[in-house]
Amino acid sequence: MKRRELIGAAVGLAGAVWVRPAAANADELAAAIAAFAGGVPVHAGRVEFEIAPLVENGNTVPITVRVQSPMNEADHVKAIAIFNQSNPQRDVANFFLGPRAGRATVSTRIRLATSQQLVAVAKMNDGSCWSHSVDVLVTLAACVEP
Amino acid sequence: MKRLVSLMLALLVAHALAADARRSGFDDMSPQIQAMQRDDAANPAMLWVKEGEAMWGRECARCHGDAATSMRGVAARYPDFDTASQRPITLSQRINQCRVTRQHSTPLAPESDALLGIESYVAMQSRGLPIAPSADPRLQPFRERGEQLFRGRIGQLDFSCAQCHDEHAGQHLGGSTIPQAHPTGYPQYRLEWQALASLQRRLRNCMNGVRAEPFAYGAPELTELELYLAARAAGMRLETPAVRP
Amino acid sequence: MARALITMPTTAKRGDVVEIRTLIAHPMETGYRPGEDGAIVPRNLIRRFSCHYHDGRDEVLVFSAELFPAVAANPFIAFSTVATASGTLRFSWSGDQGFTQTETASLAVT
Repeated sequence: MKRRELIGAAVGLAGAVWVRPAAANADELAAAIAAFAGGVPVHAGRVEFEIAPLVENGNTVPITVRVQSPMNEADHVKAIAIFNQSNPQRDVANFFLGPRAGRATVSTRIRLATSQQLVAVAKMNDGSCWSHSVDVLVTLAACVEP
Repeated sequence: MKRLVSLMLALLVAHALAADARRSGFDDMSPQIQAMQRDDAANPAMLWVKEGEAMWGRECARCHGDAATSMRGVAARYPDFDTASQRPITLSQRINQCRVTRQHSTPLAPESDALLGIESYVAMQSRGLPIAPSADPRLQPFRERGEQLFRGRIGQLDFSCAQCHDEHAGQHLGGSTIPQAHPTGYPQYRLEWQALASLQRRLRNCMNGVRAEPFAYGAPELTELELYLAARAAGMRLETPAVRP
Repeated sequence: MARALITMPTTAKRGDVVEIRTLIAHPMETGYRPGEDGAIVPRNLIRRFSCHYHDGRDEVLVFSAELFPAVAANPFIAFSTVATASGTLRFSWSGDQGFTQTETASLAVT
């Protein structure tokens, strides 16, 4: 292989595993939350983001998000959005509820590329937004396939 | 000879149960993943079990009837002795043998969703039962070879199964707790695979882990290892289908 | 057809909040992963999930979700709905490569 090709390949490989600076991700995370909130200020509270603090395998991480709300016509959660800091993209999942939901509790299983911060944001019918942030440590499995 | 082997097995089980420091991989998991395994509505393995149940109804029920009755205890004693080949046979191999020789049908590919589905459905019928290896004395030489494989050093890292899973179980490899490696829940949903698969796939992962060339699926060595592992886990409860990291 | 599992009660009292758990077999290929040959495996995701409640008169969307690559393979979604009247719940998943699937479940409300 020619020396130039080899260097080119090495740069390409480095690009593929390049980890973006944490500052860039934090900005994107803030921007994603602001976009979902529609410019409305997001308050911490009313939302409980349940996730294991130490995760055995980032491929499948169970989460539950609970929002305190009577879930009636006058006062209910319209949407719950989950964002992450260090995956390749910030969005994880968006859930759309309403008074028919009865309870503002959703569960799913997500992927975490690495240890990072996660944020659950709830948007109410009056436009207000509430959130809960968690920090999660992710470990990797041993003895895997090639 | 059969009585002697039965006695040896019984002693093995009794000894194991009496001073039972054995832990299933379940005990090493976080509460969240334990909850995933316990809840049949949330356990991803049930997607395969459901498929297996449908196949059972279409293809197996006409001879074997209701699986909850006819298959209860079956998986708990596998690998068992196969008279046709004069060798131990795993549950999935027995299922394929039945398809080929008795149904004149085609075998299901190893690690295929179809085979894993029927195997996990059948094995689940033994869920909660103690692992009860077959006392057939003809299995003894194969079991001993399995033990030799378990204790033999392999790979570029020159490790044996025993070194990690007997001597260092409970300690950590990277961020993961080293399990004692009892096959209490196979076929199982491994989060690393994002799929359900067999004990043989897991053994091959282990061999990769020590930088050894893994045995091919269906290799006699893998069956012998399975046979030894079952004896080593004798008396422990079967959890199939399990979830593991 | 991907295998899907819906777990929910078959009966409920009017006004009860019914918990629904859904599982569907799908690789949720992120589009970030290199395959065995080194080339990136193409993205293949379930993008949307919805639950419609048909109570004999109208069909109402009672819950929906947008999924991204960070949702784990074999997606599990648990949510709840108020038992208003006897009827059928229709669960739909749709996504890349023309993926669509629908499952239904009946709910008897007294």
